[in-house]
Amino acid sequence: MSGLVVRDLQRSFGGVQAVGGVSFTLRSGDLLALIGPNGAGKSTCFNLLNGQLRPDSGSVRLDGTELVGLPPRRIWALGVGRTFQITATFASMTVAENVQMVLLSRARRLFGLWRPAAAQFREPALALLDRVGMAAQADRPCGVLAYGDVKRVELAMALASEPTVLLMDEPTAGMAPAERLALMALTAELVRERGLAVLFTEHDMDAVFGHATRVLVLDRGRLIAEGPPDQVRADPRVQSVYLGGEA
Amino acid sequence: MSFLLVQALSGLATAATLFLVSSGLTIVFGVTRIVNFAHGSFYMVGAYAGWSLIERFGGTPAGFWGSVAAAALAMGVLGAAMEIGLLRRLYRSPELFQLLGTFGVVLVVQDLTAWAWGPEDLLGRRAPGLKGSIDILDQPFPLYDLVLIGLGPLVLGLLWLLFNRTRWGTLVRAATQDREMTSALGVDPARLFTGVLFLGCALAGLGGALQVPRESVTLQMDMAIVVEAFVVVVVGGMGSLTGAFLASLLIGQLQAFGILVFPQITLVIVFLFMAVVLVLRPHGLLGRAEEVPPTAPATVTVPLSAGRHAGPWALALLALLAAAPLVAGDYALILLTEVVILALFAASLHLLIGLGGLVSFGHAAWFGLGAYGSALLVKHLGAPMPLALAGAPVLAGLGALVAGWFCVRRSGLYFAMLTLAFAQIVWSIAFQWYAVTGGDNGILGVWPPAWAAGKATYYWLTLGLCGGALWLLRRAAFAPFGYALRAGRDSGLRAESVGIDVRRFQWMAFVLAGTAAGLAGGLYAFAKGSVFPTLLAVPQSVDALVMVLMGGIQTVAGPLAGALVFHLLESEVMSLTDWWRLVLGLIIVALVLVFPKGIVGFLSGIRRRA
Repeated sequence: MSGLVVRDLQRSFGGVQAVGGVSFTLRSGDLLALIGPNGAGKSTCFNLLNGQLRPDSGSVRLDGTELVGLPPRRIWALGVGRTFQITATFASMTVAENVQMVLLSRARRLFGLWRPAAAQFREPALALLDRVGMAAQADRPCGVLAYGDVKRVELAMALASEPTVLLMDEPTAGMAPAERLALMALTAELVRERGLAVLFTEHDMDAVFGHATRVLVLDRGRLIAEGPPDQVRADPRVQSVYLGGEA
Repeated sequence: MSFLLVQALSGLATAATLFLVSSGLTIVFGVTRIVNFAHGSFYMVGAYAGWSLIERFGGTPAGFWGSVAAAALAMGVLGAAMEIGLLRRLYRSPELFQLLGTFGVVLVVQDLTAWAWGPEDLLGRRAPGLKGSIDILDQPFPLYDLVLIGLGPLVLGLLWLLFNRTRWGTLVRAATQDREMTSALGVDPARLFTGVLFLGCALAGLGGALQVPRESVTLQMDMAIVVEAFVVVVVGGMGSLTGAFLASLLIGQLQAFGILVFPQITLVIVFLFMAVVLVLRPHGLLGRAEEVPPTAPATVTVPLSAGRHAGPWALALLALLAAAPLVAGDYALILLTEVVILALFAASLHLLIGLGGLVSFGHAAWFGLGAYGSALLVKHLGAPMPLALAGAPVLAGLGALVAGWFCVRRSGLYFAMLTLAFAQIVWSIAFQWYAVTGGDNGILGVWPPAWAAGKATYYWLTLGLCGGALWLLRRAAFAPFGYALRAGRDSGLRAESVGIDVRRFQWMAFVLAGTAAGLAGGLYAFAKGSVFPTLLAVPQSVDALVMVLMGGIQTVAGPLAGALVFHLLESEVMSLTDWWRLVLGLIIVALVLVFPKGIVGFLSGIRRRA
């Protein structure tokens, strides 16, 4: 069975359980939202999935391969892409070069000492940038871009590795509402077009309920609800977590 | 048995001094986050000042101890002055600038001390009332050393009281934990920092003044002690007082017993110990992990640009340089040969700093290893020059391969300290292994054979080899390899998450830079006809850093310009005066004060204002 199968993931920091027994499955074609109040453990969950943190227990399998214990770059090589909550790009390079780095890495050409990097994989990089609407800024330094634009570059970088699973930590944070919806629509399109499996966290409920195929709700490290958007929205426990009312 | 006990006791006496000095260093680091290279200078001047006072007033116990205290207080005042005049402007600067700026102070203080007290070693009088020795299990042991042994824990106790029982101490601890918060508490951080520098430097001065009855006071004391104190602070955990105490005890014993087992390589043992500790416990014995932010703060860095028409310009420059022997005399050619060699040396360091963000404070190790490699091949195996020149980069590259494996495990200041440690290991081997390296007499008579002996021929040979190596380095910088290195520097997190093994690229870069520096070193040996341990010493590493800085970090051509300017300054201006350290030190301090955010920050600042 293809996809990401997460079973009973646990991680504590100094006695505080950040993620306690999270299980879910992410399949091709899913646009799965992971929501929850601040401090619910969303980012920790992401870091556990892409190998940046090691879980205390539990398993993460991609098409049957165990990912727990592998470093981030191995997990990436197996087809799990990632974008970050706080944007992280290569600020000293141009937009196109950022994407080219990923393409070079995927082609295992990084150890080249001779041919200039800027001339390699430029066309495919421009094509990807075009897909996310950044082609016009391809030759600007990444360090001077507006926040929302960096998010789109990150998406292009994630796509460059042709992932089967994409983890997006707050992909639209800091964007204007119109930009937000455009990016989510683009993501939904990519999921359909490429059969991607996307897991994303988001604070903007319009983005979540407008585009997600399913929603996971995390509260204090535990999943309290899972299902189609409408069902989750109607769940009294979810309302209690978000509205602070009695369940 | 009794012999071993006495040996252990003398190790404790060494440990006490080490602790006094390194406690000051670690307190200053804890609060200001600056590794104060000049800390050893306060120790040295403390010893000189102590010597003068003790000569005058040290006839009575009260006079002696009063003199020691006065010397310590004077150093505290000087330290506070340095905080106000220099450090205050560097708190937000890159580590490289902080290390360089304080090293500039080291140079200035060396010359001022020589000017005030003269170049001869000074022997002080012994402490009144503590001149004799007592028998411990029938072995004599100096009374004064026993007092020192007691002084270590006493000072630790007093510092503990100061930090845990006074309001000022609590504030210092708060600032150590979180510098930003302290100013929010209504504390004037500037005054707090000045006070901390006073305390730290007074401790260094105390350590120095206390040495007067034990050993002669020399101009070499500063570097010797500061490097040891670095080791103690790094081993103990940067910023940890008890860690420094523990590490002082361990290193004191290591030295006391190391000298029995391997008298030739005591220094090596200490540095190896540090390397092992850092690999096993990356934050030192009692240090705590810094809260590393999830991603590097967004820094606006100018993209490294190839520059327009770089190729034609480079060819034109090469042609111009190649034509130099037609007009230049022998002296100018010798100078140019050295400039070309230093340009390769600086460019190899630039690969680490400019692309990888790895500030090496021991790059001279590979330059010197190349030079010694060539010289040893000629001296001991009678190798012809081409073979000796080929051996230089190979030996340096192998050395960098081993050291690099350790060094790239850590980043930032720890990386700088580790590279410094490895350079000191190589230096101490060259300095202490008399039979092979000739110690500080060096190796003489490393001249090119007849066919290359002409100044012009050797110049062309150097230009060809260095030009080729520089071209290769440049290709690598713009090839995927150089980009991957930059990717790791810009955002290690992102790099790892797109499949870049950052550490492996840093290791490769370390080896590549070491190899290139080794070639430069080999050529330097034949250009000078001799090699000395100074080629491997800290000042040589700092020279390379200054060349890179002068040229600017963000351009590939920068190191070349830096090498030219620096070498001309060194040979044409500084040779006119006996006080070249003073001049160089002031240049370095001016450089970091004018460009406190780095030259790149300075330039982008201008651009923003324009």
